[in-house]
Amino acid sequence: MSTADTEQAYDQRHVHSHHHPEGEAHGTFKGYVTGFILSVILTAIPFWLVMGDVLPSKQATVFIIMGFAVVQILVHMIYFLHMNTSSEGGWNMLAMIFTLVLVVITLAGSLWVMFNMNENMMPVSAHEMRNAP
Amino acid sequence: MSAHAAETTFPPDSFYDTGEHHPQNGTMLGFWLYLMSDCLIFAVLFAMYGVVGANYAAGPGPKDLFDLGLVAVNTAMLLLSSITYGFAMLEMARGRQNAVLGWLAITGLFGLAFVGLEIYEFAHFIHEGAGPQRSAFLSAFFALVGTHGLHVSFGIVWLVVLMVQVRKMGLTEPNRRRLACLSLFWHFLDVIWIGVFTFVYLMGVLR
Repeated sequence: MSTADTEQAYDQRHVHSHHHPEGEAHGTFKGYVTGFILSVILTAIPFWLVMGDVLPSKQATVFIIMGFAVVQILVHMIYFLHMNTSSEGGWNMLAMIFTLVLVVITLAGSLWVMFNMNENMMPVSAHEMRNAP
Repeated sequence: MSAHAAETTFPPDSFYDTGEHHPQNGTMLGFWLYLMSDCLIFAVLFAMYGVVGANYAAGPGPKDLFDLGLVAVNTAMLLLSSITYGFAMLEMARGRQNAVLGWLAITGLFGLAFVGLEIYEFAHFIHEGAGPQRSAFLSAFFALVGTHGLHVSFGIVWLVVLMVQVRKMGLTEPNRRRLACLSLFWHFLDVIWIGVFTFVYLMGVLR
């Protein structure tokens, strides 16, 4: 474990090193186990909330499990994917931020537009049809 | 004249070598960019599921279909395979080839269990008449979860190929690089699965 530790420290100090062309930290045993335990907890609680019908409010349950998902994604990013702002000279992070912007636009845009389409255009009753201009 | 001759003997690359090095090996960054584009594929599939996920066409809904116990086992399989792959990477850093192969084999078995359970789930749905052609909800469900399952399946194929290569050639520099790429791919699929079990399965049952 100590060798892995020093190797990671070495990687961080020599991002542009010629001797270490992988350019990626391998993580440590402690890091992987920490990530795993956190993931287990962050997975078990949402499943328990839903399967055990713990909370009376569905709305609250939805928000809580979404929160858990976001936290778990961050845990995976940090402990398993070894994301940090300095890997590959920051280009990893930049690409991810750009992707996240596109993801948010895609998801929010689709849901927003299609929700309004549904609300305003879908169900046309016979009465509305007769009175249509 | 001699000064001119000395100038022309510089290797052509040195002209561009301004001292500030780019990352020595672009593979990891390139593979990361591929993963980000994959992320966009999944974002679009999630968006589609979000839009039509409630259109059951008078067919079965998530509450009738999803067995959360099975999904929990599936999630555990993927999570366990993530940490065993992590252990393989740690052994790789130590240069212990047999340990790497052992952890990779365990990772592959967890991956196979995941894919197997998913195929069982899909077959069960189709058998019940809830195939992808039944409703928009089921089309979106099969597209999203199926795409993820296909990724895991190809990940297993890649894993087996790498195991053969490590066995034949040892933990050479190219093999280490390939294992690092697959590591990113494998953990990335686990990240996508967090979105799947939260948005599709748990929130589907809540609806």
